[in-house]
Amino acid sequence: MLNRQGRPTTPGDALQSDHPTFTGNKALSQIEPLIFETGRLETTGVDYEAPKPFVARLGGFERKSEIGLPGLSEPEAMRHYVRLSQKNYGIDTGLFPLGSCTMKHNPRLNEKIARMPGFSDVHPLQPVATVQGALEVMHTLSHWLLELTGMDAVALSPKAGAHGELCGMMAIKAAIAAKGEAATRNVVLVPESAHGTNPATAALIHFVVKPVPVREDGTVDPAVVASLAGPDTAAIMLTNPNTCGLFEKDVVAIADVIHAAGGYFYADGANFNAIVGKARPGDLGVDAMHINLHKTFSTPHGGGGPGAGPVVLSELLAPFAPVPFVRHTEDGFELVESEAEAANHGAHAFGRMTAFHGQMGMYVRALSYMLSHGADGLRQASEDAVLNANYVRACLADLMSLPFGNRPCMHEVLFDDAWLKDTGVTTLDFAKAMIDEGYHPMTVYFPLVVHGAMLIEPTESESRVSLDLFIATLRDLAMAVKRGETERFTGAPYHAPVRRMDETRAARSPILKYTPPEPILQAAE
Amino acid sequence: MRYLPLSPDDRAGMLAKIGVDHIDALFADIPSDRLLNHLPKLPLHKGEIDVERLMGRMASRNVSASSVPFFVGAGAYKHHVPATVDHLIQRSEFLTSYTPYQPEIAQGTLHYLFEFQTQVAALTGMDVANASMYDGSTGCGEAVLMAHRITKRNRAILSGGLHPHYADVVRTLSAMAEAECVTLAPDVLGHEDILSHIDSSVSCVVVQTPDFFGNLRDLRAIADKCHSNGALLIAVFTEVMSLGLITPPGEMGADIVVGEGQSIGNALNFGGPYVGLFATKSQYVRQMPGRLCGETVDADGTRGFVLTLSTREQHIRRDKATSNICTNSGLCTLAFTIHMSLLGQAGLKRVAEINHANAVMLADELNAIKGVSVLNQSFFNEFAVRLPGNAGHIVEQLAARHIMAGVPVSRLLPDAGLDDVLLVANTEVNSDDDRQAFVDALKEVL
Repeated sequence: MLNRQGRPTTPGDALQSDHPTFTGNKALSQIEPLIFETGRLETTGVDYEAPKPFVARLGGFERKSEIGLPGLSEPEAMRHYVRLSQKNYGIDTGLFPLGSCTMKHNPRLNEKIARMPGFSDVHPLQPVATVQGALEVMHTLSHWLLELTGMDAVALSPKAGAHGELCGMMAIKAAIAAKGEAATRNVVLVPESAHGTNPATAALIHFVVKPVPVREDGTVDPAVVASLAGPDTAAIMLTNPNTCGLFEKDVVAIADVIHAAGGYFYADGANFNAIVGKARPGDLGVDAMHINLHKTFSTPHGGGGPGAGPVVLSELLAPFAPVPFVRHTEDGFELVESEAEAANHGAHAFGRMTAFHGQMGMYVRALSYMLSHGADGLRQASEDAVLNANYVRACLADLMSLPFGNRPCMHEVLFDDAWLKDTGVTTLDFAKAMIDEGYHPMTVYFPLVVHGAMLIEPTESESRVSLDLFIATLRDLAMAVKRGETERFTGAPYHAPVRRMDETRAARSPILKYTPPEPILQAAE
Repeated sequence: MRYLPLSPDDRAGMLAKIGVDHIDALFADIPSDRLLNHLPKLPLHKGEIDVERLMGRMASRNVSASSVPFFVGAGAYKHHVPATVDHLIQRSEFLTSYTPYQPEIAQGTLHYLFEFQTQVAALTGMDVANASMYDGSTGCGEAVLMAHRITKRNRAILSGGLHPHYADVVRTLSAMAEAECVTLAPDVLGHEDILSHIDSSVSCVVVQTPDFFGNLRDLRAIADKCHSNGALLIAVFTEVMSLGLITPPGEMGADIVVGEGQSIGNALNFGGPYVGLFATKSQYVRQMPGRLCGETVDADGTRGFVLTLSTREQHIRRDKATSNICTNSGLCTLAFTIHMSLLGQAGLKRVAEINHANAVMLADELNAIKGVSVLNQSFFNEFAVRLPGNAGHIVEQLAARHIMAGVPVSRLLPDAGLDDVLLVANTEVNSDDDRQAFVDALKEVL
């Protein structure tokens, strides 16, 4: 959702260092080659004894070509990846206000527990009697998710948010087919403010996507939904709180309109962190909603994954949940793994989302997070997340522009670029200047419904001291813009491990893997 | 609450600055009759000691793979992962970073993704690889949809040697995407006649090697027939370690190669998170799903890496995207990359040889037991054995003797009439004593 308007850059040199070093390194900032440039084909950093002589049973499929991948000794590998890590910004490095991404603190207790051999070293196809604790984790996690959302059933197996969306929309498609309306009910309404995954998901399983315009206050108007809904309406996919940082105040009316048309209400739960313990999607008319365990329940984002996207379902959709699912019986926990077996329990499972049982490693972390917080801590976390976002809003409203007026937001606050007009500084430039100040930029150019969007989500993990420094920094930057210090922005970042990257060049002639120079190729042969 | 830094005084002061007198004023857009006026009916917060005790109790009810002789595979494998790997992936800057949308402060992630893509392309023998899918099975589903986009057809043929969960995932996705999917009957011996199913109506053929039953498959004739009919060959693997020893699918004519990368760098984790590997030919790169990392330079001309070709992706293209995937398997790709960098081709070949040797020895010893027969002509580290009785029952009896014997085929294919067939995997982690214990115990229970 970032860098959509990357443009050729003109490096300014006013702020560049003029103290070159012999190595090109600068103290802790090291230039690091690719492993393919330093490793050796005959080297390995893992010691294994050669097997005793035996007759291979490979049926003539022995690999004859070189793989062409060098190895590193252990010290070399350690140093290489530690140095790479130092070129990354994480939540533990500093405030990470990436809107709609919920970059909150990742408790290390959860990492410790996920690495208990009883969780990490268990195979998904061991006899069920030997994994009762794992099934208990899934059962307990389901209970917490259902209690917090007020829904009827949960499908745990989706691997991430978009996969959860797919699962929820498949359940809806299955329910429509079961009513004999598959041929006629194929339109999915998607507000313009939605995440890109929503229309992509609907289109993937052959729904026709119909955009819903957003009204002037940043929310969806039930009257507009009513004008678009009809006998062809399969569902609406609504993010609530939405990506403008606002709670859809007419959500109940929207749900009523969709239900009256015979469609289903899919809620994108990416922003659930704003309302945990404050409101339940089940009380708002929602039929299906995915929950990003890697957002709301703090399993680490890990540089882009892994995530987990369990989907909670209403009573109407519950029978269509995919396999597998866990049942709790007098004899313990059992795992229902096939559609035929699901049918024995009265279910109409629509199929399977993934091999095995989903993201167990994430279930453990999320449950550990929930147990630590408890009902009281979860609600407090949501309140603090909303409080922090509103504090940022209140402290910046006089300098930056709020597209929907200075009114309360949920857990993230959306600014646009109206205040940058005619300054020569764009949203992207402003974001890059934040990097020089030691911050990860906010989400930029998303949502698409406002111009030059800047979406700030501080999360509940920030102290007031941290927020005050962040706010002071943004105020300083904003005033620098107004003073006309354009170069501080257009050439930024000056202090990151690399300067602004040429993304156009990367896309024009893609280099997607390392290719050795000719002499090394010959040496390998 | 240890994770929440705000004090009551902070909260009061911040509310005052905002200009409201109560936190619920900020929740005023929630219809008042839907705002919860009580806490959820769940336990209250707990300290680390209590949480660790509760979770530890659940963990103790599972039998961990390292605690017993362990022969369970069927798409997830117990391997040795060097201690360095888990240490490095817990570096804060890797663990707590986001998708590298701001490349100037994410060169660590982008740099290893570029290494990962290079490694996956080399292992599979393909031109390009993406920055990962959720796992092998979802990658397989994406590959079929990609083939449909390329061929503008919508009929997939699934080999009877494809992992049944993978076949289920593809079937589910195909049904929902209104595409046709023909699944051949379970094929224990690898003798199916897939060629006769390939004609000019077919978009793609999906063949796994080593297949679900462990057989190594010859893809060349299938590739040829696919190509002469304008169809694509999708090659699947569930045991990436096999690529250290066997001919990669890319050298047998595969157009798309997908598979599970868990075996390198990643723990069993009861099924996830894992890492889907996805590779193809250069000419199809713009139809690929998922993220791609590419090389470029910064404003000073310094080499660096960025996410690229993102006009394929949902955040730009919305309903015209090649996939809806966003979050992928980031940290699992890092574990893969570090482990693979430590191994290098020399180490990978060595550990693959050990796997194969251990499996050959076990197969010969099991085959010598009266009434037990190994069904495979060829295999890597896993094979199918026919037992003189119900494999599921025998597995349970052996589990009671603290031996994890393998996966009864009937668990994944309940209606295939293969109740007496057991899949047995033997990797580098089992000792000679473990193998002997399995053989002895099996003789006892038969």
